[in-house]
Amino acid sequence: MNPDNYLFLSALLFTIGAFGVLIRRNAIVVFMCVELMLNAVNLTLVTFSRMHGDLTGQVIAFFTMVVAAAEVVVGLAIIVSVFRTRRSASVDDANLLKY
Amino acid sequence: MESLIWLVPGLPLFGAAILLLGGKRTNAWGHLLGCLAALGSFALAAGLFFTMLGKHGAARSMHQHLYSWVPVPGTGQNPFQADVAFQLDQLSVVFILLITGVGSLIHIYSIGYMSHDPERRKFFSYLNLFLAAMLILVLADNYLLLYVGWEGVGLASYLLIGFWQAKPSAAAAAKKAFVVNRVGDVGLSIAIMLMFVTFGSFNFGTVFGTAGGASKGTLTAIGIMLLLAACGKSAQFPLQSWLGDAMEGPTPVSALIHAATMVTAGVYLIVRSHAIFDLSPTARLLVTIVGAITLLFGAIVGCAKDDIKKSLAGSTMSQIGYMILAAGLGPIGYAFAIMHLVTHGFFKAGLFLGAGSVMHGMNDEVNMRHYGALRKYMPITFGTFFLGYLAIIGCPPFSGFYSKDKIIEAAFSKGGTSGWILGGAALLGALITAFYMTRMVIMTFFGEKRWVPDAEGHEPHPHESPLSMGLPMLLLAVGSVAAGFLFSMNSAFVNWLEPVTGPREEGKLPGGLNSTTLSIITLAAVAVGVAIAILKYGTRKVPAVAPRGSFITVAARKDLYGDAFNEAALMRPGQYLTRTLVYTDNRGVDGAINGLAALVGGTSGRLRRLQTGFVRSYALSMFGGAAALVAAILFAKL
Repeated sequence: MNPDNYLFLSALLFTIGAFGVLIRRNAIVVFMCVELMLNAVNLTLVTFSRMHGDLTGQVIAFFTMVVAAAEVVVGLAIIVSVFRTRRSASVDDANLLKY
Repeated sequence: MESLIWLVPGLPLFGAAILLLGGKRTNAWGHLLGCLAALGSFALAAGLFFTMLGKHGAARSMHQHLYSWVPVPGTGQNPFQADVAFQLDQLSVVFILLITGVGSLIHIYSIGYMSHDPERRKFFSYLNLFLAAMLILVLADNYLLLYVGWEGVGLASYLLIGFWQAKPSAAAAAKKAFVVNRVGDVGLSIAIMLMFVTFGSFNFGTVFGTAGGASKGTLTAIGIMLLLAACGKSAQFPLQSWLGDAMEGPTPVSALIHAATMVTAGVYLIVRSHAIFDLSPTARLLVTIVGAITLLFGAIVGCAKDDIKKSLAGSTMSQIGYMILAAGLGPIGYAFAIMHLVTHGFFKAGLFLGAGSVMHGMNDEVNMRHYGALRKYMPITFGTFFLGYLAIIGCPPFSGFYSKDKIIEAAFSKGGTSGWILGGAALLGALITAFYMTRMVIMTFFGEKRWVPDAEGHEPHPHESPLSMGLPMLLLAVGSVAAGFLFSMNSAFVNWLEPVTGPREEGKLPGGLNSTTLSIITLAAVAVGVAIAILKYGTRKVPAVAPRGSFITVAARKDLYGDAFNEAALMRPGQYLTRTLVYTDNRGVDGAINGLAALVGGTSGRLRRLQTGFVRSYALSMFGGAAALVAAILFAKL
């Protein structure tokens, strides 16, 4: 199968994720979209690794997963605690930190 | 006796120190201590004088070295040495006798005059300080120590003019005197620096001994700077403006400092430095010009003033003009300058004390238009004042006749056109002097009463002053009568000063004049002045309010626009300069810095608004930035 297709797929997934981050208000959904973008990038790395016959890309994908797992833990904890205090998970409501 | 010279200025200095440091504890006996210090100093001076009389010629000069002040050991061939050392020669002894003698009389007078003043002790401490400084000035054997005394008398004069400093006019007058004197002091300090550069020493002996080796230009520069110093201290044109205002001080101060002693320091300086002036005809000519201008200037001002003390101040200026003129004439005039200085010290101090006595009896009224007919009420004051009056107008055989007549003669015998001009000015001055002094005597003691109640509504009750005030006036009157005659007997005074000022040259009178005819002409001029004054003030009623007068009178009332000139030429440009500088500083320098700060602050204040708090807009800007970056990379690659 032509590896270019994987690249197209990952570009599509990344775009969906980016749009989700920009237009959705719910923090959980925004968070999921961020994960989608990370995984789109992972797919790109693995595809290039395969295309060039070099394992470096796959190793970096593992690193990304580890970092993403840690990020999920911290991010979800923040979102839950924000929801507890403010009864809302909307990113637009959490706008106290400004000028 | 020689080892006691230091006590002459020392006694008043201790007196001043005790009174100033002792504070209120010395209030009860402070005035007595002040008088004792002055009298003790006078006794010492008299003792020194008699010691001097017992010796001959060059041996008369005494010297006392106290301590080394600024020793700079052997750097190169010019080891520099400034000592605190006193030199008592024939010139200094005349001065210390005058200063301590007149000073003691005025101390005694002040006991009565200041008896109602709560600050009398402070007044005496300042008077003692003045005596000490003035004695240091005339006893110093080098210019640096002379400068100490010079500044000391300036300080004492400032403190005493502003003695009633609660009065704004007195405070302003004190400051004015101090500032104008400072201009002259700059001249003296420059002269001292020039001497140091040229001769490597300040000692009178070294400077005068080696003066012949210096270039003409340097000597002229030193002479002009010394003249500037003399102008400041002696209220000579163009630094004359402070003396009239200095009359704000208590009257004994006007008599002692601003008539008899301090203002004559300039004459002393010029006569003392005669070795320099003898070698520079240019500087000497300038001295005579300054003297001639001032003697007319002061006399004209004296004619127009209604304030008795200010009129006397104008007269002082004019008489010192005579002395400066004589000092500028060179060897034919030095002795007469000093002789006039001494006789003037007597009669002018007497006149001032008389004026003080009149004010004392008239509720401190100074306007002569509010006096009149006082001779019946204050016979002693009138008598002594009248003797002083006869002395100052130069009526023979009173003391002013001998000294002033000689100065006029010396001015004519200078020779050439300048001799005629200077002599004519001196002669005209004598006429004007006779006019304003007659006017003063008539307005004060003759005519009818024009008394007015003072500000609190007290009617004046003129009365004779107490003995402590009367006695000094009597003694000074004796001096005004006899001094001139005694000094001129066998040219005693001239011979006495000869070792200091050098042999006197006999001048030759021009144009068929001789000594006798010139005396007659002078007396005629004096008689004309007296006659005009009697016609103007004796035969007519004196108006209580000054009439408008001719333009000369108006100008003379305003000190011939001396103050106006100073204000227009010096004060206002100075104010404009400072105002411009302040404006530049506020608007220019501060403006640039403040403007920059405001620009940064304003910009950051606006940029701050981008921080909205909406996470999604941050995300959008991040995407935008990332996209732009990628686009840029791609664009660069392709």
